[in-house]
Amino acid sequence: MSLMADVNARALALGIPISAQLDITYRCNERCEHCYLDHDDKGELSIAEIKALLNQLAEAGVLFLTISGGEPLLRQDFFDIVAHARSLLFNVKIKSNAVMIRQKEAQRLKNLGVEQVQISIYSDRPEVHDGITKLPGSLKRSIAAIRFLKSQGLKVTMANVLMRQNMDHHLGVRELARELGANYTLDPTITPMMDGNPSTLRMRAPTRVLQETFRDPAVVGNVEEFCAPPLAADDDVMDGLPCSAGHTACYVSPYGDVYPCVQFPLPCGNVRRQRFIDIWKDSPQLKEVRAIRARDLPTCSSCTHVASCTRCPGLAYMEGDMHGPSTADCEKAFVRTGIPTANMLARGINAAAALAGLVQIRLL
Amino acid sequence: MYIARSSAIASRNLGGETIVMSAVDSTLFTLNPVATAIWESADGTTPLRDIVERRVCRDFEVDADAAYQDASSFVQELAQHGILLVSPDPIGESAKLPQQEPR
Repeated sequence: MSLMADVNARALALGIPISAQLDITYRCNERCEHCYLDHDDKGELSIAEIKALLNQLAEAGVLFLTISGGEPLLRQDFFDIVAHARSLLFNVKIKSNAVMIRQKEAQRLKNLGVEQVQISIYSDRPEVHDGITKLPGSLKRSIAAIRFLKSQGLKVTMANVLMRQNMDHHLGVRELARELGANYTLDPTITPMMDGNPSTLRMRAPTRVLQETFRDPAVVGNVEEFCAPPLAADDDVMDGLPCSAGHTACYVSPYGDVYPCVQFPLPCGNVRRQRFIDIWKDSPQLKEVRAIRARDLPTCSSCTHVASCTRCPGLAYMEGDMHGPSTADCEKAFVRTGIPTANMLARGINAAAALAGLVQIRLL
Repeated sequence: MYIARSSAIASRNLGGETIVMSAVDSTLFTLNPVATAIWESADGTTPLRDIVERRVCRDFEVDADAAYQDASSFVQELAQHGILLVSPDPIGESAKLPQQEPR
């Protein structure tokens, strides 16, 4: 077991939220077509409220803190927030589009001891990237920011969301990351908007693109292993936990709402009305999330993919039932292996039709 | 010898042990209770020998000289990873804390 896995296992045993994401604003200077957020300010936490929350998160045991948004640098007190977080010895990761990061900001992030900055890059071609962000010049500014951050010795990850608009560009983004000395991640996950509006889902990359991507060693590593037929499920699988959401990780919105994960919009309490630790320990919603086991899932427990599926309970929740299938993960399992999931079969979708693109593997 | 925690680290107590992560190279360390006692006392102004005598020998009932030798090796190892500052002289605040710059 790696040291990180050991830390997570101990946090789980102790009931400690070792990781948290705090979005400090939903406002943004980009208008990405696939974004799941409502960018209007509905009453953000004040700097005093955020500092008090950070104190509570540190006291609860959070070590890995992601500060995100919206665009977090739009808050004028952004650096005060980061400085307070660092004074509490959080490991801080910033998620940003970076268009407001220049040399001075990069230097401040370095001096504050930020561990890494993750920046969304959709294409190496300005017309495609800027077409998605709706901010002219955004690719040029984000790339300039990456150079500033790298010149300070900061770790940078370029996060490439894969969707219809940029499905032929990920190789270019990966090459750009290599040139800039940045890490690179590719993620085909497009979620509904936080209010449940499914309009963003039409931007999901088509099945054939996922097929090609999942067979690219540069993306998935060992293709044979990644695309291997599903393993048989044993008791460890059936009694195992689906993911860290609500177990060792949580998410707090700019309005103080606590959720199991940024991708799991189940309200569990609000830090304006309760202490964080009381929500974490006593929320009935979090207790329900923590009770989920594979053997209790009506459809997925009988699925041949149950041992290797990446089923996201948050995406399942957004589809209507946190105990149900996550259709996007059904699609990934099918594309990896060519074997239909229990959810697909229950809905009358066979492999030939899905592969031929005759059926969209979508619920919404 | 004086020791101080670097500003470029993240740290949290987890069930009696201390988790330390370097912001420079993302290296992760877990410190057992003895190492945690030294880590918590690394204020830059208390000599390591005093820390060992006050925290380690008192709380863990070990021989002072042997404990000091072990502690010296331990702090040198952490210093090599940049998470602990080691100096023959007291270490100032500016070297230890995350820097907050004016706008």
